[in-house]
Amino acid sequence: MLAFIVSRLLQSLAVMLAVSFVCFTLFNFVGDPVNNMVGQEAGPAEREEMRRELGLEDSVAVQFARFLGNAVSGNFGKSYRLARPVSDLIVERMPATLELVAVAALLALAMGIPLGVLTALRRNSVDSGAIMTFSLAGVAMPTFVIGILLIYVFSVECKTWAPAIGLPPDWCFPSFGRGETVKLGWWNTGLLTASGLKAIVLPAFTLSLFQMTLVLRLVRSQMLEVLRTDYIKFARARGLTNRAVHFRHALKNTLLPVITVIGIQVGGLIAFSIITETVFQWPGMGQLFIQSVQFADIPVMAAYLVMVSFIFVAINFFVDLLYAAIDPRLRLDRAQLGTAGG
Amino acid sequence: MFVARLAALTAAALCVISAADAKTLRWASQGDALTLDPYSQNEGPTTAMNTHFYDALISRDPKLVKVPGLALSWKPISPVIWEFKLRPDVKFSDGTPFTADDVVFSYNRALAPSSDFRAYISSIKEVKAVDPLTVHIITDGPNPILPDYTTSILIMSRAWAEKHNVTKPQNFKDKEETYAVRNAMGTGPYMVKQRDPDVRTVMVKNPTYWGAKEFPNYPDELVYTPIKEPATRVAALISGQVDFVLDAPLQDIARIKQTAGLKTEETAQVRSIFLGLDMGSAELKYSDVKGKNPFADKRVRQAMYQAIDINAIKAKVMRNFAAPAGLVTSPGVHGYTPALDQRQKFDVAAAKKLMAEAGYPNGFSVTLDCPNDRYNNDEQICQAVTSMLAQIGIKVDLQARSKTLHFPKIQKKDSSMFLLGWGVPTLDSHYVFTFLYQTNDPAKKVGGWNYTNYSNAKLDALTDAMLKEVDQAKRDKMIADAWELAVADMPYLPLHHQLIVWSMSDKVTIPIFANDSPNFKYSTIK
Repeated sequence: MLAFIVSRLLQSLAVMLAVSFVCFTLFNFVGDPVNNMVGQEAGPAEREEMRRELGLEDSVAVQFARFLGNAVSGNFGKSYRLARPVSDLIVERMPATLELVAVAALLALAMGIPLGVLTALRRNSVDSGAIMTFSLAGVAMPTFVIGILLIYVFSVECKTWAPAIGLPPDWCFPSFGRGETVKLGWWNTGLLTASGLKAIVLPAFTLSLFQMTLVLRLVRSQMLEVLRTDYIKFARARGLTNRAVHFRHALKNTLLPVITVIGIQVGGLIAFSIITETVFQWPGMGQLFIQSVQFADIPVMAAYLVMVSFIFVAINFFVDLLYAAIDPRLRLDRAQLGTAGG
Repeated sequence: MFVARLAALTAAALCVISAADAKTLRWASQGDALTLDPYSQNEGPTTAMNTHFYDALISRDPKLVKVPGLALSWKPISPVIWEFKLRPDVKFSDGTPFTADDVVFSYNRALAPSSDFRAYISSIKEVKAVDPLTVHIITDGPNPILPDYTTSILIMSRAWAEKHNVTKPQNFKDKEETYAVRNAMGTGPYMVKQRDPDVRTVMVKNPTYWGAKEFPNYPDELVYTPIKEPATRVAALISGQVDFVLDAPLQDIARIKQTAGLKTEETAQVRSIFLGLDMGSAELKYSDVKGKNPFADKRVRQAMYQAIDINAIKAKVMRNFAAPAGLVTSPGVHGYTPALDQRQKFDVAAAKKLMAEAGYPNGFSVTLDCPNDRYNNDEQICQAVTSMLAQIGIKVDLQARSKTLHFPKIQKKDSSMFLLGWGVPTLDSHYVFTFLYQTNDPAKKVGGWNYTNYSNAKLDALTDAMLKEVDQAKRDKMIADAWELAVADMPYLPLHHQLIVWSMSDKVTIPIFANDSPNFKYSTIK
């Protein structure tokens, strides 16, 4: 087991190194931050000097080595755009993104699982058909279209239709921002205030829609498969109620793959949140990243990409360990190490 | 005793009333200020925000006319000395008095190597406090436009800066963030209450503001939120979550105007958009013409000018939010005249004839470099120009890039033809000549943005002379002569002056500033 863990760790490290190196090569194409950092009155000599000070004149390999050296000691440098340490910026923005991702993941499970069960049990009914069509839209529609659409309906037009159907006019949702936040130590939460809770609804729904439909479709197909198995038939033959058959026996057996998929998708949610955060002006890490790309703020981009790749690698690492714990063959047969978990 | 108690009660009641009536104005724009340190970033949104906390010696009113700020009057007392008489009884928002010493400190800070405003005041040799209310600024030669430059230098408190160890503008070599990045303390109409960069900035009225009598009704509180996504910004305005949007996208202006409860203000911005042609190189870098430079021939430049249908660009690309230009500088800049701002006639037949006369009856190919995220609809303008030039046989290869790639490319003179926009912070024509038209000479620090390789000794001499001429009439004549040369030589093909549109709720009144920098002390909200 120890050999397995060590080899997995080494592989993860190699992946992270590769990701950060690719990022660094790509930074050459995002352009030159210096023009954004000095006024238009600055002469070529001043721009040249700034470039030298920032170390942008050095080769990619040298810049990469310097970045690695600093990153190992936890120093990600200072943002070119905001003149503040990158680690502070990321720590400030992380709670917003993680709360959004957590609420979105919960929403995906809380709506995806029941709807999946429903459509599996009532395969031929009209409501299942409607849900399945809706789920197609969720898979197919780009996130920013969903976001803008929700803003239009629940924030802009809402002012006219909400009073018409008897809702108070302030029922409508905010179109941007996080509402009021409360500080719990260094963690800045929006989940403890009314305006914060209201502000998270539209962005979390937007972000979760894709995962929700994924869970829905996964639960549905698993459920249909399980319902065909022999032990369900035997359960029915024993005279158990429908409820016991469906929820105690069938659903339990469908959930294992769903949980695995969701685990991996959490990384995807963090990555997808860039678009949602931009549409809703959600002050998270994704938005920080987009603004940094436009400014060519290399220290922030580098730190963000390394962090996201770390999250992906870490999740994969734990999933691999879980698989290894569950499946003893992986522990014994070293020949299979290369294919386990991908 | 009774009187004191009554006074206290009245004061308390007044406080309650003002708290209940506190008027908040919420506004949004695309990008936040980069820092609150007033000298470390010479960038539009940064200066716009800092002007609410800090004052300059001379301010600009909504018409961009110079008006007394921290200085009540200013005059030259010798060719190289400007005397500023300061406003008496001004206090910083922490209650400490403002004196000439703070001016000396601020100018020295703005002249530090890490300052981004050094270029504005590089002609200053020394700033001297003569007495607490008199400052002498000594320049290295006569400088008639020094007062224009002082409008950009905001004044800080020496005591505050020393206390917080921010006597130098923040530098990228500093390991840590300096105190002045997120804190500000000046004599301006507002104070920082909360500063969360990129998220939210709250400003409250400065109780010690010297202009309280002149501006009694401006909002008690300003809440600024940057909203990056244009559609979200417009949605926030329409749904009433913000009261003012600085930069709604042009395609949404019609919708905003139609919405009940919203209105817009528009004016010509001090920013002109034009094409630059590399007319000075022996051979164009990106063209199929070898051994000579087609742009060196004035007939070719004129043909290109006349082939551009600017009214079509105005109507289709800019949705009428542009004013066709014959000059690369805008109304409001000293030296601009409507007579100069006349375009050559749009005439494709004449353009074709000129091309044939110049020896290019079948045209040639050239690459046009264009930004796609800097000016209003910049890439679409270039696309329109590309198809218009095709009509006279010029095959334009359009390369549109992000500003982070476009500007470094043209600064390396790695472009044969490029799109550029130019604003004039000093509002004086000299700024345009010295950056865009003077022969590029890094040693003399002139011609820094002249990437056309254009060089005209007469224009160079006029530009140098107008910097030092103190006789206003003579100086105006020089500017007029220089414009005539610039227009005739045509290194740039002018396109239009940008218009700016501010969108807001009916409850808000604010005069629009042609420099696109809102100053909320001029605003009111119901």
